[in-house]
Parts: sequence; structure tokens; C-alpha cells
Amino acid sequence: MRVAVLRFPGSNCDFDTLHVLRNVAGIDAEFVWHKERSLRGYDAAIIPGGFSYGDYLRSGAIARFSPIMKGLIRFAQSGKPVLGICNGFQILIEAGLLPGALLRNKNLKFLCQSVHLKVEMVDTPFTGLFSKGEVIELPIAHGEGNYFIDKAGLKEIEDYCQVMFRYVSKDGKLKDSDNPNGSLCSIAGVSNRSGNVVGLMPHPERRSEEIFGSTDGKKFFESLKNYLISLKTKPLSGEVFAHA
Amino acid sequence: MIVEVYVTPKKGVLDPQGKAVAHGLNSLGFNVVKDARVGKLITLKLEGGLKKDLNAEIEEMCKKLLANTVIEDFSFSIKEA
Repeated sequence: MRVAVLRFPGSNCDFDTLHVLRNVAGIDAEFVWHKERSLRGYDAAIIPGGFSYGDYLRSGAIARFSPIMKGLIRFAQSGKPVLGICNGFQILIEAGLLPGALLRNKNLKFLCQSVHLKVEMVDTPFTGLFSKGEVIELPIAHGEGNYFIDKAGLKEIEDYCQVMFRYVSKDGKLKDSDNPNGSLCSIAGVSNRSGNVVGLMPHPERRSEEIFGSTDGKKFFESLKNYLISLKTKPLSGEVFAHA
Repeated sequence: MIVEVYVTPKKGVLDPQGKAVAHGLNSLGFNVVKDARVGKLITLKLEGGLKKDLNAEIEEMCKKLLANTVIEDFSFSIKEA
């Protein structure tokens, strides 16, 4: 079981992610530099947070041209698990692997705070250990995390159950006051239609050890481990994660 | 040849930057300002003369990179250098 942590110029949560994979979840993980062309030999890929290419033009827009992206797109299309965290989410959206767009935060501020999230979908490689509707607490740290999609797109992602996480109050209620960045329908994370590609603005790798006050984030990586172990016993065929 | 590409937030898409700018202008006493939208101007310098399919080519540049058509509109004007 080998997980790739992709690194772009400007990635800055790469070490945190690698640390949690290796030392908390006990998964064999290594960095893959953006100049590489293939992810052959890896079982999953994670794009960590940061400011790839200085967020030039739009967040994630330039990273799309890195050589590794063609390999990543093939990897995702073959059904392998891909997780994008924060800037990684922005990159997956710009690469067309996830729907929607991320706008400047509604209040124009860079937000660095804890948020509560409701886990809406659990049948993905990264959320298998959560229960549906569970409320978790994770930190956000971004300037452009205001999720947007047009009306037709919104209907589509709701119909196909692609909304993974929403910002909610501590007791799990949807309120504008608990939507930190103005995201449409409080959306904090989405998946692709088949569920193997997941992106979210909050940072699970920053809440994976007791020393950081909560271990809600650890479940993402442990879910991945469980998923990869289960694959060894029953090989993947076709659209295992089709939600609808 | 110079091409000016204008990228603007789509109608209906929240533009917090524009809101802040309108608010700033109002604070300065320019109460005539009701709304502002902030976009980008990208100036491209092109090689060679006017090609027949230049419009289509620039449109492709906009769709593939310069604008995110989920949230942004674009337009452009071609100017002789």
C-alpha cells in the first residue's frame, strides 16, 4: 500500500500530510514532485494545501500544467482514490476533476479558524469510517474557499450525492452564521460522480493527533487505509462508488 | 498585435471585492456608485499578422486558461500594435 503526496512549488502542508499518513495512520507514503509524469505503483494520491505557483491567475490554475497532472488525471479516471485538501481541492477543480469553482471568501478575509462540518457521504475511500450525518470539527485556513456552482450544476451534484461536507453549527444545523466563507449551500467539500475523487477546504491533517485538540481528521487517513486493505481482498471492478 | 482580454465575474456570482470597492467609494462620498465589479485585464502580445481564425483562437485561450467560465465571463478586443 503506497500513497503519493504530490508537491508543487508552493505546497506547504506536504510534510504535515506525509507525517500523518506515515506516523499516525501507518501508511507507506512518499512525496511525488510535480515534474514526475506518472503515479504508477501508487494506490492513492493526496494533493496537500499551500499556495501552488503563488495562486497566480486563480488558485490552482497554474498547477494544472505541471507534468504530474496528466498522470493524476489518468490515475483518477482509473478509479484510484484522490484527495485534495484546501489548495489541493482548488487544483482538482481547476483540472476539471471536481465540479464547481472556489471564489474569494465573502468577507474578503483570509480565514484561519475551527469549523464544524457535517459528513454527508460516507461511501468514499476517505470517509468510510464516518457515520452519515456525523458532525466533526476541523480547521480552515484559506482566502478563496467560497464554493460556487451554477444552478444546473448544483442540481446535478445534489442529485448524484456529490456534496460530501457542509459547514454547520456545533449541533449539526445549517445556519448562515456557521458558513464561514459564503459557500453556496454551505458546501465545504465535494466528490466526483463516482466518488473516488474528493476535495475539501478544511484540513484533516491538522486535527489528527491528540496534541492538536482533536483527532477527527485522522479518520480520513484511517478510512483510506481500511479501503486499501479491503481492495486487496476484493478487487475493484467498475463503479464501486456510484452513489446514485 | 495586441489583444486585450477582459475577465469579469459573471452576473449573479458574488463579487466580494467589487462590494468592498463600491463601499469604499461610498465612504469617500461618491454616493452615485451603486455597485462595482472587479475583473482583470490581460494584455497579450501576439506574433505575426491578423489571422483568419484569430477570434476562435483567443476564445479558446480564454476558455482553457484565462477565464474560469464557471464564475467568469470574458471578452476581448484586438488592437494593431
